[in-house]
Amino acid sequence: MSVIARNITKTFGAYTALADVSLEVPTGKLVALLGPSGSGKTTLLRIIAGLEFADPGSGRIDFHGQDVTDTPAGRRGVGFVFQHYALFRHMTVAQNIAFGLTVRPRKERPPQAKIDARVKELLKLIQLEDLGGRYPSQLSGGQRQRVALARALAVDPKVLLLDEPFGALDARVRKDLRRWLRHFQREIGVTTIFVTHDQEEALELADEVVVMNNAKIEQVGTPQEVYDQPASPFVIEFLGNVNRFAALGHPLPGAGGDALYVRPHDVDIQRDYKGEHGIRVRIEHVFSAGNYGRLALVRTDNHETIDAEISRARLAELGLRAGEEAWVVFRHIRLFPAEGKFTERDVVADDAAPAVADPGRGI
Amino acid sequence: MAAIVSRLERASTRAAPRRATADSPALKWTLLTLALGFLLVFLVLPLVAVFAEALRRGVGAYLEAFQDPDTFAAIRLTLIVAASVVPLNLLFGVAAAWAIAKYEFKGKALLTTFIDLPFAVSPVIAGLIYVLIFSAHGWFPPEAQQVLFKPFAAASGWLASQPGFLWLDPLAYWFEQPKIIFHTTGIVFATIFVTFPFVARELIPLMQAQGKDEEYAAVTLGASGWQTFRRVTLPNVKWGLFYGVILCNARAMGEFGAVAVVSGKIRGETTTMPLHIEILYNEYLFVSAFAVASLLALLALVTLVLKSAIEWAHSRRHA
Repeated sequence: MSVIARNITKTFGAYTALADVSLEVPTGKLVALLGPSGSGKTTLLRIIAGLEFADPGSGRIDFHGQDVTDTPAGRRGVGFVFQHYALFRHMTVAQNIAFGLTVRPRKERPPQAKIDARVKELLKLIQLEDLGGRYPSQLSGGQRQRVALARALAVDPKVLLLDEPFGALDARVRKDLRRWLRHFQREIGVTTIFVTHDQEEALELADEVVVMNNAKIEQVGTPQEVYDQPASPFVIEFLGNVNRFAALGHPLPGAGGDALYVRPHDVDIQRDYKGEHGIRVRIEHVFSAGNYGRLALVRTDNHETIDAEISRARLAELGLRAGEEAWVVFRHIRLFPAEGKFTERDVVADDAAPAVADPGRGI
Repeated sequence: MAAIVSRLERASTRAAPRRATADSPALKWTLLTLALGFLLVFLVLPLVAVFAEALRRGVGAYLEAFQDPDTFAAIRLTLIVAASVVPLNLLFGVAAAWAIAKYEFKGKALLTTFIDLPFAVSPVIAGLIYVLIFSAHGWFPPEAQQVLFKPFAAASGWLASQPGFLWLDPLAYWFEQPKIIFHTTGIVFATIFVTFPFVARELIPLMQAQGKDEEYAAVTLGASGWQTFRRVTLPNVKWGLFYGVILCNARAMGEFGAVAVVSGKIRGETTTMPLHIEILYNEYLFVSAFAVASLLALLALVTLVLKSAIEWAHSRRHA
């Protein structure tokens, strides 16, 4: 079931939550709406669910070619999972899961035996077979979230919508549940849209990432695309750590007043450098716990800070200590013309990006 | 080594465990004594006095007090008033709490303030307002009421004449001859005014704390508005609702000031229990006065027991 949202505008008083946003989600895909708080991602999800409605006269929502713009939430066939689970606290897990089936009009309601069978099947799916009689307050966060998911799935939704599904869980449970959700979505193949502010989560989980900012969509693409070919300074800054420079201080084509971005893992450090693209830095701090060696550097010319990430082997080979000086060379630079001049994606200087490549090293 | 040993020794010989709040025991006992003493003098003693006075001439005299037809009428009127006021305020309280907790609208703050008005206004003023409006010299005197209610009188009169609707006859009669001041209706009005914050006040913070997500979840699962209310909202607030109702009931039965102004204190007709107690007391019928008073005191005790039971059940459920 594909989902298409067209020209959605939503305002709350003077505040614009969504400004003429359009989005297309193909059937069976797992799509992430990614953005900082206040970017409009949750509002968009709620409009797709039918829990909010776009401003009168604006926009249209289609589910598989069928206009559902004015259809109330209960008849859209969506499953919605809330950030804080929103389980019915006075009902058992089994009653929670059965709820969607038991509120159907008498004629459409399956017989009790069928409802029970469905609940059992879903309990098995979420690996909580023995906990059907518990109350939500007796479950852990991860278990509650799975019950919320089972409850949404019980009515066979055509579209599954999840609002910050892992936001309230601790890091470890989040990781497990993320993997489980991914596996499970592939298996049942239901079109799924989830909202997150966690870029790692979006990149790891989604087939497609929709990056939102300031009531607008900044970029839509696969995780690889949005990470490697960011369409705007916002996207590159939001997805992962990045160093931003106003100028490099050495010749670079078209770099006057532009913003330059370098990912920490594109920063190479050398003790001696003879080329023309090196920048002299002092080492502030070395973090060597973790998969990479991370260094906090300060430019000696203008005291800008630079974050660098190099392999531990390389770190050991260089033997750098805080307080020492060294050269850095950027392997890959992304360049965006100064703000104001920025126009859509043709200025994304992907071809200009490796303008400064270290001639000496070919990593 | 020696240092460690001596430190261990010191730790083991230390008598009382250290506490985060280092207030002296003297302060604790002073506060406790003060609070308990206050409670004893101002609450427990009067309560004991009520029962002691009521039973001073023995159980026979105590029971005899209830033989008086006027006393019986007062008890009956009090029950009628409570039975009319509590359901109406239950309805109003749920509606107001729902609106305030679940919707955004202009004038919400104003509505919230107005709900608290009866707490801020003296009950006597509340009674006077109704007298000012509905009495013979008021803004909306009985003659005007009669004119306004004519269509209702006709409609309810016709309905009462239909088979099975005879019970509507008193209503039709009331519309024909509207009586508010010095009548049960006025007492009900004044009592509604005085007690309407109880249910709403109890529910609003509860509903606000619970948020709207459960209702939204029910809606996305296909539940209708009524199903959502009956199966999700209501069970979530049922203890708060019950609590509000018993408090509302206790106050409705015990209200004196507002009722005194609108009732006219017609003996055996418009005297509720509190008014009747005052009349008996002023006539030096102490045993009778305290006997009726003991009933109200008993109501207070039952209310407290119910309240504690609800809190206990509630905390157990959410432990």
